[in-house]
Amino acid sequence: MKQLKTELVSQKEIAASIYEAVVFHKEIDESFQPGQFVHVKTGFGSDPLLRRPISICHVDPNQHELTMIYRAEGKGTKVLAEMVPGVEVDLLGPLGNGFPIERTMEGETALLVGGGIGVPPLYYLSQELTKRGVKVKHVHGFQTSSVVFYEEKFKAYGPVTITTADGTYGEEGFVTNQIDMNADYLFACGPSPMLKALENYRAKKGVYLSLEQRMGCGIGACLACVCHVQGDETGFAYRKVCSDGPVFQAGEVVL
Amino acid sequence: MSRLRVELPGLDLKNPIMPASGCFGFGKEYSQFYSLDQLGAIMVKATTHEPRFGNPTPRVAETTSGMLNAIGLQNPGLERVMTEELPWLSNYNVPIIANVAGSTIEDYVAVAERISTAENVHALELNISCPNVKEGGLAFGTVPETAFEVTKAVKDVSSVPVYVKLSPNVTDIVQMAKVVERAGADGLTMINTLLGMRIDLKSGKPILANGAGGLSGPAIKPVAIRMIHQVSQQVNIPIIGMGGVQSAEDVIEYFLAGASAVAVGTANFVDPFTCPSIIDALPALLDELGVHHISELTGRSWKKSWDLQSSSH
Repeated sequence: MKQLKTELVSQKEIAASIYEAVVFHKEIDESFQPGQFVHVKTGFGSDPLLRRPISICHVDPNQHELTMIYRAEGKGTKVLAEMVPGVEVDLLGPLGNGFPIERTMEGETALLVGGGIGVPPLYYLSQELTKRGVKVKHVHGFQTSSVVFYEEKFKAYGPVTITTADGTYGEEGFVTNQIDMNADYLFACGPSPMLKALENYRAKKGVYLSLEQRMGCGIGACLACVCHVQGDETGFAYRKVCSDGPVFQAGEVVL
Repeated sequence: MSRLRVELPGLDLKNPIMPASGCFGFGKEYSQFYSLDQLGAIMVKATTHEPRFGNPTPRVAETTSGMLNAIGLQNPGLERVMTEELPWLSNYNVPIIANVAGSTIEDYVAVAERISTAENVHALELNISCPNVKEGGLAFGTVPETAFEVTKAVKDVSSVPVYVKLSPNVTDIVQMAKVVERAGADGLTMINTLLGMRIDLKSGKPILANGAGGLSGPAIKPVAIRMIHQVSQQVNIPIIGMGGVQSAEDVIEYFLAGASAVAVGTANFVDPFTCPSIIDALPALLDELGVHHISELTGRSWKKSWDLQSSSH
């Protein structure tokens, strides 16, 4: 992990309150893996104070560019949304442990399931799995049509099923109604009710879930983002979402 | 002698800058960014006799120029701190200040007695001010009689000097400081976090699972400065100041208020390099202020000019 003073290359609103920001730094390279995140300082003073954890949506190691997609909802992300190309964006990264793509093999299949702002890290994952010869399918759930994004981009790697809770786009309902259980792997990122529902699904070779939690330091020191370990009778065992996760095998931690 | 070197009871500090307890774990994470040798000392995460998981999440919430936390003293317990965390830290040439917490006086005594024997533990920080645990913690730090009792009991068994960490959540901080000084405290660390709360507009409920939490960060610095200014004039033991320190300028302000060393807490989360950056920036700032040694600044905001003259000779 490093502290990088990156340059904001571009930023645009790609759906309602959903922003895509691209940053450049010469040390952005293939060490940034799908499922990892960056901890971003938004603004320049002490308000907002803490960094914001944002998943890595894409990395171009040749151009040394990193793409992140976030929802401008709280104070920090709203400040970030106002930053213009050319400004410095201070980030720590790559942080955490991503999806175990090294376990996958050519010819295997993977189902990628994303919910809302949990969709972005699956884009980089989909690209890297495809490179390895893994066949990917996507199921992405959103609240409503105005917040749907990246449908065409994902289609470049495999079929995409979109669900919206209000039925204004794609299939009405939730991603859990659209799960095809024949895949070797299931990789998911989204809100915890969605992850809880997916936890009980079984894929032949593994189900991996990326968790979200409020964080302090982002590197494992402050113990803000801990979760219990499933089956631990002592009650003292824990995992840190920031540094042990954010991706865990289903069944490892209590969601 | 280095112009940043500071000597305090039990502590020969190459500089007066140290990460504050709870904001630095046991050092491993930050050692990925810089060598811990650079630090004046390290105040490690509070240690209790038995392991603690701490509070449910969410445990942190941001406030204007600050943050609320309710971690709940999560730590691996005395045994593991003695056998794993402290030995790992002994790879570095840096004195450790061990933060001691508990639910009963017996807990405090048991932890203090053993942890003070670790070779790299040069002082204890008695945590009678954690706002996030149901028993102990703050309960010891807001009642003068119990603060006296626990300080004295720990002093009796500790092999190293004892600094008492004061809570700002009291009516009369000077009284608390005097009480623990009388109980034998070798120094004070102040301030711990201020009790606070944030409420989520959508749910209508507190954001922190614990409800209330401890406020830290730049928002609390003026409170700490005022308290150190008051206390340092009324006690004869040194103060390690903390609360919202982000820069070398903040450190100087703490010294002027009456601190003899300064700890950095929340700022580590914002910029992991805060401590080494402050250490690097201090000499030039001392030049600018026309000060040779940083200790000359301690209490300058209230010392009379003849005090200053005599202390510089």
